[in-house]
Amino acid sequence: MPDIRVHRFAGKIDAPNPFWLASGPTTNSSEQIMRAFDAGWGGVVWKTIGDPIKNASPRYSSVDWNGTRMVGLNNIELISDRSIEANLRELGEVKKYYPYHPIIASLMVDSKREAWHEIVQRTEDAGADGLELNFSCPHGMNERGMGSAIGQVPDCTEKITAWVKEKARTPVLVKLSPNVTDIRATAAAARRGGADGLSAINTINSIVGIDLDTFVPRPNVDGASTHGGYGGPAIKPIALNMVQQIMSDPASALPLSGMGGISNWRDAVEFMLLGCGTVQVCTAAMHYGYRVVEDMAEGLENWMRTKGFATLDDFRGLSLDRVTDWNSLNLNYKVIAHIDEQKCIGCGLCQIACWDGAHQCIHSDRVSGPVNGQIQLHDGPPTVEFRSRTSLATTPVTRQERAAAASSHGPYPTPLAKIPRVDETECTGCNLCALVCPVDECITMVRAGDNELTESREKDSRGSEVAAEPRRS
Amino acid sequence: MSTASIPDDLLLRERFTDIKPALSPQAAVIEANRCLNCFDAPCTAACPTHIDVPGFIKRISTGNLRGSALRILDANILGSSCAKACPVEVLCEGACVMHRYNSEPIQIGRLQRYAMDSFQATGEELLTAPRGSRNVQVACIGGGPASLACAAELCRHGAHAIIIERNELPGGLNTYGIAEYKLRTSDSLREAEMIRRMGVEFRTGAAIETAEALEELESEFDFLFLGVGLGAMQRMNISGEDHKGVLNALEFIASYKTGRLRELSGTVVVVGAGNTAIDAASAARRLGAETVYLLYRRGEREMTAFDFEYEHAKHEGVQFLWRRQPYAIRTNERGRLLLDTVQVNEADKALLPVANSEYVIECDYVIPAIGQSPFAQLVQDLRRIELRNGIIVVDPETGQTGNSRYFAGGDCANGGREVVDAVADGKRAARAILKIAEAAYA
Repeated sequence: MPDIRVHRFAGKIDAPNPFWLASGPTTNSSEQIMRAFDAGWGGVVWKTIGDPIKNASPRYSSVDWNGTRMVGLNNIELISDRSIEANLRELGEVKKYYPYHPIIASLMVDSKREAWHEIVQRTEDAGADGLELNFSCPHGMNERGMGSAIGQVPDCTEKITAWVKEKARTPVLVKLSPNVTDIRATAAAARRGGADGLSAINTINSIVGIDLDTFVPRPNVDGASTHGGYGGPAIKPIALNMVQQIMSDPASALPLSGMGGISNWRDAVEFMLLGCGTVQVCTAAMHYGYRVVEDMAEGLENWMRTKGFATLDDFRGLSLDRVTDWNSLNLNYKVIAHIDEQKCIGCGLCQIACWDGAHQCIHSDRVSGPVNGQIQLHDGPPTVEFRSRTSLATTPVTRQERAAAASSHGPYPTPLAKIPRVDETECTGCNLCALVCPVDECITMVRAGDNELTESREKDSRGSEVAAEPRRS
Repeated sequence: MSTASIPDDLLLRERFTDIKPALSPQAAVIEANRCLNCFDAPCTAACPTHIDVPGFIKRISTGNLRGSALRILDANILGSSCAKACPVEVLCEGACVMHRYNSEPIQIGRLQRYAMDSFQATGEELLTAPRGSRNVQVACIGGGPASLACAAELCRHGAHAIIIERNELPGGLNTYGIAEYKLRTSDSLREAEMIRRMGVEFRTGAAIETAEALEELESEFDFLFLGVGLGAMQRMNISGEDHKGVLNALEFIASYKTGRLRELSGTVVVVGAGNTAIDAASAARRLGAETVYLLYRRGEREMTAFDFEYEHAKHEGVQFLWRRQPYAIRTNERGRLLLDTVQVNEADKALLPVANSEYVIECDYVIPAIGQSPFAQLVQDLRRIELRNGIIVVDPETGQTGNSRYFAGGDCANGGREVVDAVADGKRAARAILKIAEAAYA
């Protein structure tokens, strides 16, 4: 049985699993957090504690894509709207019932040394297992000189981190803002300030959309909107990139609690492969509830079992040295697209993508006779469509006509004329067709030739073989 | 003349609820999003009018409903009735790649209806080129889908077209012959009205029955389009066939659709097993007949109705009597019909009666639905129009007959297919006419 417990994260923090709820609406009260622990969460970062604020209404808005709700969620909610006393009292209560579940307190107060000293003292006295300095809230609080106003200035980040470290007895994590030119600058500043770990990334500045009737961006607060923090599945690639940047730079690398669009165990594993010791989740739990953690923990365990990993440390950071500069890539490595005729459903999406978005080397010429070579030799999309739209089609009304229409097309499920063909002499191996193909494993990228195969393996300085074909998940 | 509607009949509406109900806005968007947006899509290729199916579906998903409807109408002016009347299972939806994607095909017909309903609700009229901008005059004889499509296409391009229809209402079988749970008469008339507003002139209640009448039209118009459909339904040629309880399927369907027949009771026997037979049998059930038999001289596997129509009729409670043929109709003392039938077996392509298998069905109506005769009487008299088995011979690409001023489309030229085939025929003929006219003008 793989062990998914977290040991000594940022020096001192143990947890039953690496899945933590990020500071936010899902960690607002003791009642919620105890239910979250019961559901299986391995830790929480308490909703940011500080002088209470008044929130706007409404405060969320989202991006739906192609019928899927909330691929991205934007919020303009501020820190806790309840008193420091109430939050800390509840924190202490939860700790009594759940001594082995880490509670990290997210903190945000005025940029004064005394203010930070006081809140650190009170929070640790209440029983927090660690502190997360919220230097990254991108809306509202920054206008008051807090949140990302700190995280966007490395010197401020360093100074306040140092103030906190003067007082703190528990690990101090600095939560980084992605709304900077180079996240390594603030990460390194936090490190210089003495931080024990980092949390990244906070939400991204966003305007998620505009109402085309009122012209007011969303969320519409009495006729006006404001930029909000963007999270959810849409931001995962940006988060992964920043995590990789932080962890690859010795000046900024620290124990990292990764977040940004993590919705399932696969996402979580990706963050860990780039060096994260724990991961944090918010939007997915807001969308579907605390129960999303069940599959996260099981999926991680089952994946570790198949891969033969006993602990989280066995695979943490394994992908870090697989990211290089572009200039270090092996340019002799060449793949070409291959279409599995048995799997092709004849949607033509690879063909139009190749013609309009790539290199014009997928054709519908299996019946007329394959022709390889430059673009002038082939019928482009308008010709192909024109031919179909000027063909004579009639309703098959008799039984014979219907039987003929439904008869088998030959060796493949799809009529041969509708299965596109890759001109391998022109294919650049760009991968676009494989990405647009709706069928798993129908279009694969295969090595162009054995010579390149040897060459590329020799070039692989890490001594292990890389999978030739980019796998689709 | 007008294309005035007939009053909405609530009883009829209640009895004939839509077989494929309208989609709600959200259901439409969800379904539209499911479409893969194929390139060179097989649904578009399968449609006789080649509607840009992914194009109109994606416009639904973005909320561009006007664009969606115009995309449909651009290819098929009867997009609204086709959305409801088309046997999509053997056309666009039958060709959908989803069949090979472990999934149900996209509900193209219902999405098309959604787009068309939304457009019609706005009351917007279609743009046409200025009338007379093409100097060509065309008379379309017959007011069914082929002529409507031909005239509309001509009008859109600025030509002058009229429709001559012998019935009081335009629309042909769309108005009089399609089961009410698929397409309502009022839907058909609304579509004809849209075409009238485009500038097509309708002359309804006007029959062209003589060569002289045709010659008169020849002097007035540059081209004539024949969209006259097929002729009367075939008779069974058995004794007692003229009894008033015997009503052919098209008459029967037209009667209930126009409110002349609102209720049935007792037992109904439909003879035949094509799609019209199914429509008649299902309608008889909905109009109140307790027992409806469908009598077919061959077996289940030979029936020509579409599979989904067969399933539908079974669902409606129609009972099928296979390999049985009527040979006489009598009446009993209570005035009910006695249909004499006999079991038949097929041997060497002939149907032979089985000894001692006679059976009398006591019923109230007999509805023959054994096909329409070719409607060739008129054009037989015309010079240089070739007929084959009573069907007008045309160039399939253009609809042009042997007489270069005459074009034909729809059932009279294709032998009897679907509304969408008639629309495609009419559109192709119109485009061919415009091309010829353009060449002559230039």
